[in-house]
Amino acid sequence: MTTGTQQRRKERIDRGIKVRTEGIYALMSWRELAYLILPRFVIIVGLLILPLVIFDMYWQRVISIVCIYALLALSFDFLAHHVGLVSLGGAFFVGVGGYLSAVLNSVFGFPALLSIAGATVIGGIICTLLLLPCLPLRGVYFAIVTLMYPLFMARVIEALDILGGTDGIMGIDSLPSAWMEQYFIIGMLLLFLFGIRRLVNTDLGLVLRAVKDNDQAVRASGMNITTYKAFAVCIASAIGCFAGASLVHIYMWAGISTFALDFSVLPIAATVIGGSGTLVGPVIGCLILVPVSELLRDFGTLRIVFYSLSCWPSLSFAARG
Amino acid sequence: MDILIYGTINSVALALYALGFALVYGISRLPNFAHGALYVLSGFIAWSALNILGINHLLSILLAIAVTAIVGSVIYQFFLIRIRGMEISEIIATYAIALAILEGLRWGGFKGMTYTLPPFIEGSATIGGISVDYQRLLTVGVGAALVAFLWLFTHKTRIGLALRGMAQDERAALMLGIDSDVMAVVAMGLGSSLAALSAMLLLPLGNIVVESGYNVLILSIAVCIVGGLGSWAGAVLAAFIIGFAQILTAVYLGSHYQMVVALLAIILTLIFKPSGIFGQQKELEERV
Amino acid sequence: MKGGPILQIQEITKTFGGIIALNRVSFEVGEGEILGIIGPNGSGKTTTVNCITGFVKPSSGRVLFRGKEITGKPPHKIADMGLTRTFQIMRPYFSLPAYKNLVIPLFSPRARRTGGWRGGGRRGDRNTVGIDILEEIGFERDSYVPFKVTSTLPTGYLKRLELARCLALKPELIICDEVFSGLSMSEIASMVPLIERLQMSGITLIMIEHRLRELFKVADRVLVLNFGEKLVEGSAAEVMADPRVREAYFGSEKVEEVMRHA
Repeated sequence: MTTGTQQRRKERIDRGIKVRTEGIYALMSWRELAYLILPRFVIIVGLLILPLVIFDMYWQRVISIVCIYALLALSFDFLAHHVGLVSLGGAFFVGVGGYLSAVLNSVFGFPALLSIAGATVIGGIICTLLLLPCLPLRGVYFAIVTLMYPLFMARVIEALDILGGTDGIMGIDSLPSAWMEQYFIIGMLLLFLFGIRRLVNTDLGLVLRAVKDNDQAVRASGMNITTYKAFAVCIASAIGCFAGASLVHIYMWAGISTFALDFSVLPIAATVIGGSGTLVGPVIGCLILVPVSELLRDFGTLRIVFYSLSCWPSLSFAARG
Repeated sequence: MDILIYGTINSVALALYALGFALVYGISRLPNFAHGALYVLSGFIAWSALNILGINHLLSILLAIAVTAIVGSVIYQFFLIRIRGMEISEIIATYAIALAILEGLRWGGFKGMTYTLPPFIEGSATIGGISVDYQRLLTVGVGAALVAFLWLFTHKTRIGLALRGMAQDERAALMLGIDSDVMAVVAMGLGSSLAALSAMLLLPLGNIVVESGYNVLILSIAVCIVGGLGSWAGAVLAAFIIGFAQILTAVYLGSHYQMVVALLAIILTLIFKPSGIFGQQKELEERV
Repeated sequence: MKGGPILQIQEITKTFGGIIALNRVSFEVGEGEILGIIGPNGSGKTTTVNCITGFVKPSSGRVLFRGKEITGKPPHKIADMGLTRTFQIMRPYFSLPAYKNLVIPLFSPRARRTGGWRGGGRRGDRNTVGIDILEEIGFERDSYVPFKVTSTLPTGYLKRLELARCLALKPELIICDEVFSGLSMSEIASMVPLIERLQMSGITLIMIEHRLRELFKVADRVLVLNFGEKLVEGSAAEVMADPRVREAYFGSEKVEEVMRHA
């Protein structure tokens, strides 16, 4: 039993540390402040300004596509480096989210924004359920299953001729206005980006990192690892589904190519190039890669070769680590 | 009766696809996601040899198998050796190579449905009232012979036993003087030639399309997961289970359900017996 | 034994492929006592711990905790019941301050149930409780030790951190996997009173150890494993007097020396 004075003494000792852990920065120089805020400022403002600066319609669309890929890269980076699950099939989330939103919109008649929201939530749940069986197993199985799901889904849709078969679902509403189209996606990207960053810095984020680095200790502390992995997968897949849903409303069409390999491979390449683990790096990586891939469009599917080969250097370097 | 025949043919086809993958994984623990790409590559090599270089049929086939085996070994020797042991990197790397090969072929002009390989034997026989191509019968025959040969090879010859030893316990094998890197290259070469062999048998039944690279890959993995990663016997057994399941669904529900069957097989296996039919339980836990 | 048995191991057998790691091992642990488990390398000590705590499924046999069967249950459920363990190879977050390592156990359902703080999830509360626990276990708050970056802490503190990880769960039983190993004489000397304090607070302890002398100072009873079988069980003196134990450990001179100092 601690007495009043003992308690106060403890609090006095702890106070200095508490202040820092709770993120209140008391005495900070201007330089420290700038160091902290400037990079974030640049990113936020930079992204927000882009649509105003670029007038060419084609390139405006490219910005939206960059954001979509950036969302996928964010979700990959989060899962791979903060939870330890390597997802080789971002296209799976995109496809599920895209088709869901298409169905909600064209079959059930929900307005675009609502169907995007619905696709995000429901898609997150569906993807998590489909990935649930491989969560208790070794990481390899997750990689294999995520790689295969988009390939399977594309073939199943084609074979069963459901959901529009090879033609796809057409006549999907676009977002209310062109400006909205741009800023909605950019805004959500920023929201998710900073949201995940905050999550990673909380205690929950620490537990997720422990799931990655030291799962024995997490188990020995009485926590079910599968539950936490499922939680992380739910978030990551919801982000991916959101990206897919938005994509479908931009193009006003959903088809088998929504499960295209591009969506699986480019985010990984972008993460590798931009800096894995940082959560911002992948976004930057996309800013670089997507325009480049647009320029390479003439080369057709060779782009994928390019992405895949660009993963190469870092894999070799990682080997020495 | 026709279910029996078609089922057997389908199962043998699946087994042929999967054995190459199972072999490489079983011996060197390398998940070779370039397996499907090598399958298609060998098809195009044979086609090119036959139609562009004008080499005779049999020689083209042998050439394709040999070249593919070399390509596989080279891939291992120059790329994969550095990331040995890190399974997820191996998956990404082999998958990247697969994409490079497949999309490279597509870009290089090998698109469309016009590429075919002639069957080895023309004509068909009638079994139990069903007309079956000789090529398909040949496939079953070669498949059975292959399984028998593999069994003998890994149980009776020195190299075969060495490979089996490596499959069971790599460190022990190392201590006995078996060089695991050399064995891994050999395994990769063998696996690639198996991919090529199955391509030579099965491609004449249809066209050579880049898409089938992906199909072969996912079917091989499905079979290996159901059978247990690393177990050759399991792969064969799983091939028959999935093969017959596919044919049964095709008969009673419609032929488009075949892919669904493969997908369901994977999901059900992971839920109920994740290590597969003959897999070992220890495959599952994270080794910390 | 002080109370009724809190843990009962009945005929546990574990085979890995062709190797018999444990062969029909049976023993009981009384509530509130300290049981030492010793044996030469490879005798199956760690496998026993893994079987008890759910990290490995025994091939046959039963484990009962407070009369309830826990054989084959997953580790997190067993820890949730109050049966905790330390790890020989510690992997704390070396780049974070020491008290941050306790965030993980404090996040668990059990800690929230028993921790005595309203687990609303507020980061501040978890930090405070973590620091409190570390102080109890010997991290001097005045010298800001709990706030030190973990990589700067000597081994003795890291071992205590492992115990703190268990304490955060308000355990009923702790299995200590070689907490004395890697410590200097003075560090061990300060560890012993800590162990005794834990026992006095009502926690039952099972200690796997190689440092026999120190173990005999605290253990109420000792169990000896050899080649996966229980060799002998009894008080420290009884066990050491047994010739089979000396045989098992080879260095019988060492055992005599220990005997003389015990």
